[in-house]
Amino acid sequence: MTAPLIIFFVLATVAVLGAISLILQRHPIHSALSLIVVMVALAGLSLLLGAEFVAAVQIIVYGGAIMVLFIFVIMLLNAGEEERTNFSRLATFAGLPLAVALAGFIAAAIAHSSSNLPAAAQNGALSSTRALSMMLFSEFVYPFELTSFLILVAILGAVVLAQREN
Amino acid sequence: MVPTNYYLILSAILFGLGIVAFVFKRNIITIFMAIELMLNAVNLAFVAFSQALGKLDGQVFVLFVIVVAAAEAAVGLGIIILTARNRRSLNVERVDLLKL
Repeated sequence: MTAPLIIFFVLATVAVLGAISLILQRHPIHSALSLIVVMVALAGLSLLLGAEFVAAVQIIVYGGAIMVLFIFVIMLLNAGEEERTNFSRLATFAGLPLAVALAGFIAAAIAHSSSNLPAAAQNGALSSTRALSMMLFSEFVYPFELTSFLILVAILGAVVLAQREN
Repeated sequence: MVPTNYYLILSAILFGLGIVAFVFKRNIITIFMAIELMLNAVNLAFVAFSQALGKLDGQVFVLFVIVVAAAEAAVGLGIIILTARNRRSLNVERVDLLKL
């Protein structure tokens, strides 16, 4: 066991436990805190993969902005414990096995097909933030500009949705 | 050296857990969080492939996914607030206006 492998397994365990906790918690604010744990663990994994800019953006935008928005809405609506209702019979008996089967199939397909991929490099020589920004503003400049339109539309949509009609 | 497959399998597990949460949770906010969890799982796969193939395209796509997720969160939470205001409940079972 090398050090990166140990770090990977620790972070992977934290991420999976956080995701399971998100499912098991009944109070939405506890689920939100579990999701923050998952996001921080995934940022650590990005850092392990040498993607330091992605890790920083993950922490700032996901762990910061988006989750603060979630917690703000949970507290604004004063969301309490989840009500227990009857599941549909299909979800009770087929839901969990089917979801497990899907994850299993994806994992098996990955284990089969991409075994010839090289091991992920550990040093960040490849993914300097400089190279990423050069790429973002040259090759991907049109998609990048389009995202600003997307955000503009989202802002307009949120404003239209939030205003009370009289 | 961590094999790329490990990252991809972790990504598949997290995506599966996101689906489980999406199907089983009853609170509309928690269902929305499950979507964010699935997007995060896909982001991990993107970064892992980017590193394995030695190209930065995957990381650029992660940035786009994060932008889309932020826009989605803004609009989605607006819809959730409207729903909660109209239905007085966050339970998705109560949001059945389109049900026959």
